[in-house]
Amino acid sequence: MLDETWVLDPSVALRPEPFGALAYHFGNRKLVFLKRPELVDVVRRLDAGVTVREALAAAGVPEPSWPAYVAALSGLVESDMIRRAAA
Amino acid sequence: MRLVDHFELGLDAPICLTWELTYACNLSCAHCLSSSGRRDPRELTTQQCEAVLDELQRMQVFYVNIGGGEPTIRPDFWHLLQYAVDHQVGVKFSTNGARLTPERARFLAGPACRGYVDVQVSLDGATAEVNDYVRGPGSFDMALAALANLRDAGFQDAKISVVCTRHNIDQLDAFQALADDYGATLRLTRLRPSGRGADVWDELHPLPEQQRVLYDWLVAHDDRVLTGDSFFHLAALGPADGSGTLPGLNLCGAGRVVCLIDPVGDVYACPFAIHDEFLAGSLLADGGFEKVWRESSLFAELRSPQTGGACAKCQFYDSCRGGCMAAKFFTGLPLDGPDPECVQGYGEPLLAGARQVPAASQDHSRTGPTRNQPVMLELMTRPPVSSCAESPLAGFAP
Repeated sequence: MLDETWVLDPSVALRPEPFGALAYHFGNRKLVFLKRPELVDVVRRLDAGVTVREALAAAGVPEPSWPAYVAALSGLVESDMIRRAAA
Repeated sequence: MRLVDHFELGLDAPICLTWELTYACNLSCAHCLSSSGRRDPRELTTQQCEAVLDELQRMQVFYVNIGGGEPTIRPDFWHLLQYAVDHQVGVKFSTNGARLTPERARFLAGPACRGYVDVQVSLDGATAEVNDYVRGPGSFDMALAALANLRDAGFQDAKISVVCTRHNIDQLDAFQALADDYGATLRLTRLRPSGRGADVWDELHPLPEQQRVLYDWLVAHDDRVLTGDSFFHLAALGPADGSGTLPGLNLCGAGRVVCLIDPVGDVYACPFAIHDEFLAGSLLADGGFEKVWRESSLFAELRSPQTGGACAKCQFYDSCRGGCMAAKFFTGLPLDGPDPECVQGYGEPLLAGARQVPAASQDHSRTGPTRNQPVMLELMTRPPVSSCAESPLAGFAP
């Protein structure tokens, strides 16, 4: 996943909260909690069109933590919150 | 800090906001949470409702649960629904089905609603006999007609919303079969002693052994049944380590992640607590919803750390967190003690002891009898011993 580009689904909105953010998908009505502000930062950076690796680096996430973030992003893929960017 | 701790301290905006649009209702359900029936002359105007939706959009309240009364009775209901959807506020609305004509069903399924609308049709019995006993004659057929209209219009995944009572716990499989017939999802919620529910709670709330049946059913069907986080008081039927908890937050969200806007713009801590005791403010008098949500002293109190009171020493406290505040309040139990339906049995002696059930602080029930009000009389289960048996000793053979 690290070298792929993923963006927020157009039906998804993020709402900042003290713990991170809520992500809501207006289409499937799923509500997902992004439990760390750093994850929210990564997702917002991804939305600008960079790869996962670039977003993690730019957000200052230390490399040993990347697998945990990739797992969190995979969770967002499963709930259709993010999707592959059009090439 | 765990996510649940953040929730206990309250969020910047509610996750689950209920908005009752009107107190008017065509039915007179025996257990109505909001004692609905008659419209209140002070109900918000169309413009005021639009202003509320603008504010919810700004606050990113992603969806609102619209109820009543019967919300579709408001002539501007369909306009407000469209307005909400056009302003990134999704709508889940609860209805008894009265106005869900084939034409309205096609509108809900159509492109104008963009799939942002969810419909919950209320049904409190899987048979007309059980349903109409509490919801009134004809209400079962009306709800099923609405579900058929939604299905035939191609509306995806409507919800059948059931309040669990003593009379319908043994119908859970039948409800699921109905949901399957209509391509719908089953949503089960708890009977609360709120509104007119206070008058019938003693008679209708599930018995202790039924709570176990309900819990087991929920655990067995947790991948396909919705509960609106309604049954966290049952969590203590699971293992003490909390591993058997039902899906959901399992905490009282009142004033933290949940609240209610009533038809006149008053804001209450939760939809089951329409009482002066839980009134946080008015969005008309106190400068808007956001201000009430962020600055109400009642909400500040609800978001402060709770001690657990008499429940703190119970090994299941972390599972059920003492249960539902509204259920305690409206049965006259102390708020820092056990839930009246505490599955460890701590509620029962309190219910049996001296208690003062609080007087309702408002009532919009119809004052006169209506065509379709529930009768709440037990139907005869046996025919009379003979067609003219009037003697009290008929059939008595010593």
